[in-house]
Amino acid sequence: MPQVTLTVNGKQHTVTVEGRTLLVELLREKIGLTGTHVGCDTSQCGACVVHVNGVSAKSCTMLAMQADGANVTTIEGLAAADGTLHPMQEMFREHHALQCGFCTPGMVMSAIDLVNSHPQGLTEKEIREGLEGNLCRCTGYHNIVKAIAAAAPLMHAK
Amino acid sequence: MYDFNYEKPASLAAAVATLTGDADAKALAGGMTYIPVLKMRLAKPSAIVDLSAAGLSGITVTASSVTIGAMTTHDTVAKNAQVRAAIPALAALAGGIGDEAVRHRGTIGGSLANNDPAACYPSAVLALGATIKTNKRSIAADDYFQGMFTTALEDGELIVSVEFPIPQKAAYEKFRNPASRYAIVGVFVAKFANGARVAVTGASQGGVFRHEGMEKALSANFSPDATAGVTTDTDNMNQDIHASAEYRAHLVGVVTKRAVAKA
Amino acid sequence: MPFEGIGASVRRKEDVRFLSGRGNYTDDINRPGQLYAVMRRSDRPHAKILGIDTAAASAAPGVVAIFTGADMAKEEIGGLPCGWQIHNKDGSPMAEPPHPVLAVGKVRHVGDPVAVVIADTKQQARDAAELISIDYQDLPSVSSTPDALATGAPLVHDEVPGNLCYDWHIGDKAVVDGVFAKAAHVVKLDLVNNRLVPNAMEPRAAIGDFDTSSGDYTLYTTSQNPHVIRLLMGAFVLHIPENKLRVVAPDVGGGFGSKIYHYAEEAIVTWASAKVRRPVKWTADRSESFMSDAHGRDHVSTAEMAVDADGKFLGLRIHTLANMGAYLSTFAPCVPTYLYATLLAGVYTTPVIYCEVKAVFTHTVPVDAYRGAGRPEATFLLERLVDCIAHDTGIDRVELRRKNFIAADAFPYQTPVALEYDSGDYQTTLRVALENSDYAGFEARRAEAAKRGKLRGIGVSTYLEACGIAPSAVVGSLGARAGLYEVANIRVHPTGSVTVFTGTHSHGQGHETTLAQLVCDQLGVPLSQVDVVHGDTAKIPFGMGTYGSRSLAVGGSAMVKAMDKIIAKGKKIAAHLMEASVEDIEFANNTFTVAGTDKSKTLTDISLAAYVPHNYPIDVLEPGLDETAFYDPKNFTFPGGCHVAEVEIDPETGVTEVINFTAVDDVGRVVNPMIVEGQIQGGVAQGIGQALLEAAIYDKSGQLMSGSMMDYTMPRADNLPNFNVATENTMCTHNPLGSKGCGEVGAIGSPPAIMNAVIDALKQFGVRHIDMPATGPKLWSIIHAGQAKMAAE
Ligand SMILES: Cc1cc2nc3c(=O)[nH]c(=O)nc-3n(C[C@H](O)[C@H](O)[C@H](O)COP(=O)(O)OP(=O)(O)OC[C@H]3O[C@@H](n4cnc5c(N)ncnc54)[C@H](O)[C@@H]3O)c2cc1C
Ligand code: FES
Ligand code: FES
Repeated sequence: MPQVTLTVNGKQHTVTVEGRTLLVELLREKIGLTGTHVGCDTSQCGACVVHVNGVSAKSCTMLAMQADGANVTTIEGLAAADGTLHPMQEMFREHHALQCGFCTPGMVMSAIDLVNSHPQGLTEKEIREGLEGNLCRCTGYHNIVKAIAAAAPLMHAK
Repeated sequence: MYDFNYEKPASLAAAVATLTGDADAKALAGGMTYIPVLKMRLAKPSAIVDLSAAGLSGITVTASSVTIGAMTTHDTVAKNAQVRAAIPALAALAGGIGDEAVRHRGTIGGSLANNDPAACYPSAVLALGATIKTNKRSIAADDYFQGMFTTALEDGELIVSVEFPIPQKAAYEKFRNPASRYAIVGVFVAKFANGARVAVTGASQGGVFRHEGMEKALSANFSPDATAGVTTDTDNMNQDIHASAEYRAHLVGVVTKRAVAKA
Repeated sequence: MPFEGIGASVRRKEDVRFLSGRGNYTDDINRPGQLYAVMRRSDRPHAKILGIDTAAASAAPGVVAIFTGADMAKEEIGGLPCGWQIHNKDGSPMAEPPHPVLAVGKVRHVGDPVAVVIADTKQQARDAAELISIDYQDLPSVSSTPDALATGAPLVHDEVPGNLCYDWHIGDKAVVDGVFAKAAHVVKLDLVNNRLVPNAMEPRAAIGDFDTSSGDYTLYTTSQNPHVIRLLMGAFVLHIPENKLRVVAPDVGGGFGSKIYHYAEEAIVTWASAKVRRPVKWTADRSESFMSDAHGRDHVSTAEMAVDADGKFLGLRIHTLANMGAYLSTFAPCVPTYLYATLLAGVYTTPVIYCEVKAVFTHTVPVDAYRGAGRPEATFLLERLVDCIAHDTGIDRVELRRKNFIAADAFPYQTPVALEYDSGDYQTTLRVALENSDYAGFEARRAEAAKRGKLRGIGVSTYLEACGIAPSAVVGSLGARAGLYEVANIRVHPTGSVTVFTGTHSHGQGHETTLAQLVCDQLGVPLSQVDVVHGDTAKIPFGMGTYGSRSLAVGGSAMVKAMDKIIAKGKKIAAHLMEASVEDIEFANNTFTVAGTDKSKTLTDISLAAYVPHNYPIDVLEPGLDETAFYDPKNFTFPGGCHVAEVEIDPETGVTEVINFTAVDDVGRVVNPMIVEGQIQGGVAQGIGQALLEAAIYDKSGQLMSGSMMDYTMPRADNLPNFNVATENTMCTHNPLGSKGCGEVGAIGSPPAIMNAVIDALKQFGVRHIDMPATGPKLWSIIHAGQAKMAAE
């Protein structure tokens, strides 16, 4: 069976997988990082979004083998070692941008990518459009949009 | 998913060799279409040939053309300054495919090889009269698309790059499926010195097609008003829970008008 | 101490866990030695099972066991029970056909489970499930609600003639008919309430874990009510006594009703775990959720209002067909009856009401309560009907509502359909909503939009719902097979920190915060020293769970009652310690004082004494400070309010954009305003989804056309506006908190507001009613036909 070597949240892992093993399965079942979720089987919901080499990717639509040699960041890897939350996590909390929390990891990872790719700032419309690949059934998005708008300047200030 | 062998050849030649050596092996580009297909168990390849190390990505822009490597992602095309300057409509089209995470991985080669009847890129390729370059030959856009999910590609033939002539003006407008966000109707209009080309995706049962009526009208007068009164035959239109044939035929007119206005 | 009690928008205690990826959802749990279950489901709507050949599948790699309905029947496993019995007009009970856990003899909807494969890995189980060969004989099917009753319609259950589950009514038909005969106007409306797929973002999952040494069973499941699952599955399906069965519902990723019910897969993994003597895990794929989670709504109704010359409502007459799907889901029968017809007075003084409801079986996924359950159906019907009355009589739609409102001083108000409302002020919520939405300035905005080629409309809905369910004796008399009280155990630890064990369950509502705030408020303990535990039958005495916006009104009231007991006992201890009489002890701000003196003891002093009873009235008082209360509500609670929607329609495409959405709701006492606003926003989003985007569509052959997120339109961020949400509260008069509930109001009030706005936008085309969802193609056809007609004139 093939082996994949990758760095997840700064730690290197070498894992035996099947050809068909998905990145999300590798993360959840082999490495035990269950913060990344699976909400659909048609690549629509974004609950599984992680960063692969610094940009967002749907880990349910990627083979584990495709991540060979990659640097992967998951929701578990965002906070500082002392537990200080990433500004996006902090603003999600501040603005009540999560309810059941199931969409949240993917939502936060997508939101960080969105802010990173818009150094000039984001309008409300751009935020809403930028969340096209992430579904939330609980919040109605209102507070998620608010949280991202609040996090953007904090992230750029850093 | 059924299990398969995973291979990642380091060159185009090696990829072609693997694919020709095993009829059940299948190329994998961004996987944004093919992995969902595998997950639904609609395909059972013996091997997956990951093209990501085969050296197929990159963008070259000259005075008259834009050439995009097959493995170039939608996000790269969308953000590339040279593409944005030369054919802004193409960059905008790429920036409107799926969502950002999909654009980070999905590629032009995969999109064109797949030829989903609701995909965006085929309309740009056809309207711009692009040339599909494979490991074997060059294929003109007009010969390439052969009905939904069907192309001129032979077994084991790989797209290497796509060369787009630079038009005077162009624009892509998409009316999205509210659920999947693919095109219910997508229209790419392009104005060249010798006339206009209009390609429609999403609407037809036969996949992407050139709209002769619109091309005629817009060649005479490249303005939104010129599209008024140009009708689209409902006979070949797709029909599903999201749009009737009549609605699609009507939208072709609306979307074309809006594309021209944007160009 | 910062203000953390009732009324404080404190940030949620649970959030850091969820935001750091440390939530603990069912699929995150792995038990040692765990196997994986995959269901082989029917791909046909209706067929006889002639044979099942599992030989090839059994021989596939990794397969440990395969079970079918026959295997379960051999062990006398019961069918899935229904928790509510409705009676027909003639007093006979409803038809209640068996609901086998795994299909026996026949399959009755696409998705009906036929066999389960248990293997070492999920992929192996799935590989093998494909190898099961099922010999079907296809039978004709019926999926549409009205078709189910047609003569000669294929029968879903041979023993249920005409597919009629029940034929129920409320009210006096003769009296209502008499009122109609004399009325100045009769306004009639035919309407459909669309079928929806709840689609909580976390797919359902279940792990059965049989302990071979003790013989105890544990079920981890995505449930809104673990005790209810223990009761139903233990008593009716698997015959496991409560002491041997533990049900854990850990973090649950949204429910909206769909995770109330006892589902087949829960029983399958629990039972199979004992058969294979290893833990068995099942997790749904989303496509599986579409065909196995209970759907919502699906009503076809005719509504008529008798109106006098001034626009006063005189009587309401309604006929409704409700689709139950192929089997009765746990609470399905009560949704179109006691959660629907009893709400038909709404906020209006309509003196007489008659409603008859026929529930039908079809070859579709079972239908049950979905966010709002029955009340959105009643509200949509009423609020559309009121706009039609305005349309037909020429009376202004806001005036018409005002004229018929129950007055703020008329409470308690007895409706003609059983409910007695305790409080409300509909004029105020309407007035504030009109102000907040700048209703008065709308025509200028309409004109401005017209200049841009857009059709702009505004719509109002004034609604009421009944939640905080429910008085046990009342629901018992109406057919409920359970009590609907709630339970709280308050444990004050020796050093004064507190753990709350609640029978309610949080799957997004924020109970770990809101319920803790009640403790801050009543006992004066800081939030950081209060923990709320829920979702485990091994830890919590009992509970009925979370649905029907009941957690605060009922579960919170149980906490108040338990804390009253804590304080009462604390006073006795304090009296002993301070050598005063109990009557002189007062409690406030975490401190017991002797009235009129400066003598005091903190709660911690008291709890320490209670657990270290050295100086303690041990002869008359037990040690410890740990109290449990069961609270049975005296009545339902009645949140209400007004929603105003403003939309723009693109006439060229028919696509609707929601420009503004204003909600002013009366939810009673608000404990955490931030959380309440979030609940309303989320509910409104689901309501907008129902009105504009979502529909579970079956084709004639019984296949679910919108069976994945590629085809079922879920609301996304760019489909929705920012919401303008506010509350104008009157207090519930019969529970100690005054709270009414806020979980469903958003989804109840919003669909008619949106549809009234859409229809208002299209009024130039003479449109009177449009069924949901108002999709682009639907509106375009109306506009297109309207324009053609206008051009012809
Ligand atoms: C959520 C979501 C939304 C989307 N929305 C849109 C949309 O709005 N518009 C749109 O156009 N698309 C959309 N897509 C599809 C997306 O554009 C895909 O990226 C694209 O269709 C396929 O590209 P890929 O690189 O992912 O190819 P893959 O999935 O890897 O491959 C697709 C097919 O092409 C073959 N193939 C790949 N590369 C080559 C090559 N170089 N030569 C020959 N054959 C090759 C593969 O064997 C396979 O059969 C969406 C996808 C998702 C998941
Ligand atoms: S789980 Fe990856 S997009 Fe839904
Ligand atoms: S918080 Fe529940 S799905 Fe987003």
